[in-house]
Amino acid sequence: MVDAFVIETADLRKNYDCVEAVRGLSLQVPAGSICGFLGRNGAGKTTTIKVLLGMARPTSGSARVFGLAADAPEASVAIRRRTGFVSDDKDLYDYMTVGEMIRFTAAFFPRWRPELEQRYLHAFELPVDRKIKTLSRGTRTKLALLLALSRGAELLVLDEPTSGLDPVMTEQILQALVAHVAREEMTVFFSSHQISEVDQIADRVAIIDRGRTVVAGALDDLRENFRRIQLVFDGDAPEPAFRAPGVERVRRQGRVLTVLSSTGAGQILEEARAMNPVSVDVVPVTLKEIFLEFVTEEN
Amino acid sequence: MLIRPNPSSGVPIYLQLMEQVKHAIETGALRSGEQLPGMRPLAEELVINPNTVAKAYRELEHEGVIELRHGAGAFVSAHARAKKLTDTLRTGQTIVEGAVEKLHARGITDEEIRRLFEAVLAGLTKPGGLRG
Repeated sequence: MVDAFVIETADLRKNYDCVEAVRGLSLQVPAGSICGFLGRNGAGKTTTIKVLLGMARPTSGSARVFGLAADAPEASVAIRRRTGFVSDDKDLYDYMTVGEMIRFTAAFFPRWRPELEQRYLHAFELPVDRKIKTLSRGTRTKLALLLALSRGAELLVLDEPTSGLDPVMTEQILQALVAHVAREEMTVFFSSHQISEVDQIADRVAIIDRGRTVVAGALDDLRENFRRIQLVFDGDAPEPAFRAPGVERVRRQGRVLTVLSSTGAGQILEEARAMNPVSVDVVPVTLKEIFLEFVTEEN
Repeated sequence: MLIRPNPSSGVPIYLQLMEQVKHAIETGALRSGEQLPGMRPLAEELVINPNTVAKAYRELEHEGVIELRHGAGAFVSAHARAKKLTDTLRTGQTIVEGAVEKLHARGITDEEIRRLFEAVLAGLTKPGGLRG
């Protein structure tokens, strides 16, 4: 049977000396999804990716990719053979030309797809004869993406693929990803701190903060279920004790009570009615607002 | 094509796509029997997740607004249901226009009207609704 989750971690922990980079991370990425992995700088995104690809050993907990244990050396080789990876610093050999780099990489992958290589060479307008050290950041990213997409991988792992790119380059990268996923059966897991690009191309999201998952799920479910409810009272807002599930935040400010719900507004409104508010507002909550609510501020 | 969702509005993208297709049918931009863009080209053009487009099309098919023909693509439903939906929506639009006009006359802004609608819709999902 095919594993439903391409990536699955349970209570994953990773310490570097005395720094806890990942502190009990649980993650589930279903096959065929584009999952955005959102978090601030230093939240533990890169460490998690390194553990998934066998480049760092977990301190405790489990990490499985394609159902294989990421910390078992043999399984890890199998995982990497089936995964395209674009690291944050785009590991490329500066002394090679673009063409040499492509031929060099292709030699390692028996399932290399020359037609995809040609498609992206053309779409990204990559200069075959230029030395890699002379390439701009955007062109390096495109080359790294070509190398990852052309190897016939089932899973694509991207660490901040668009960081440092201008909006046009970013759109080109996102476009290539969406087009690729539309044609090939594949799962994409990409880390980012750009909420807008996750909003745009992802169908799932995992928000991590300080090494822990704080919000995860299908983006449409989050959009459908998160609501901000604002109640205004004649006098001071009452001290509420909501019994409704999914009350994430409650703020009292003078006559105003604001409730952030992750399970819709219905039950909270029912309870709120008993408090006799003079006005009630319900508004959808954007991914950006969810992110800002659940991610802690710097000390 | 008149489909252009706003990914960061907080409204599920598949719902936005569904609304925009229905609106295109309602305004006559899309007519009975006409073909919709393919799921894959549409996802690529809008740079959104292909699964999202597939979900919107599936839901539209479920509502009888479009027909998915295997290998051929998606088409606006040929007869009654799409038309009936159009008529119903047109009536609804008239009612909403009237209500919005009255609200404007009382000095209520567009944004406030939007929030009122959202509050009422959310409140009506429970028996008894919400009375202000």
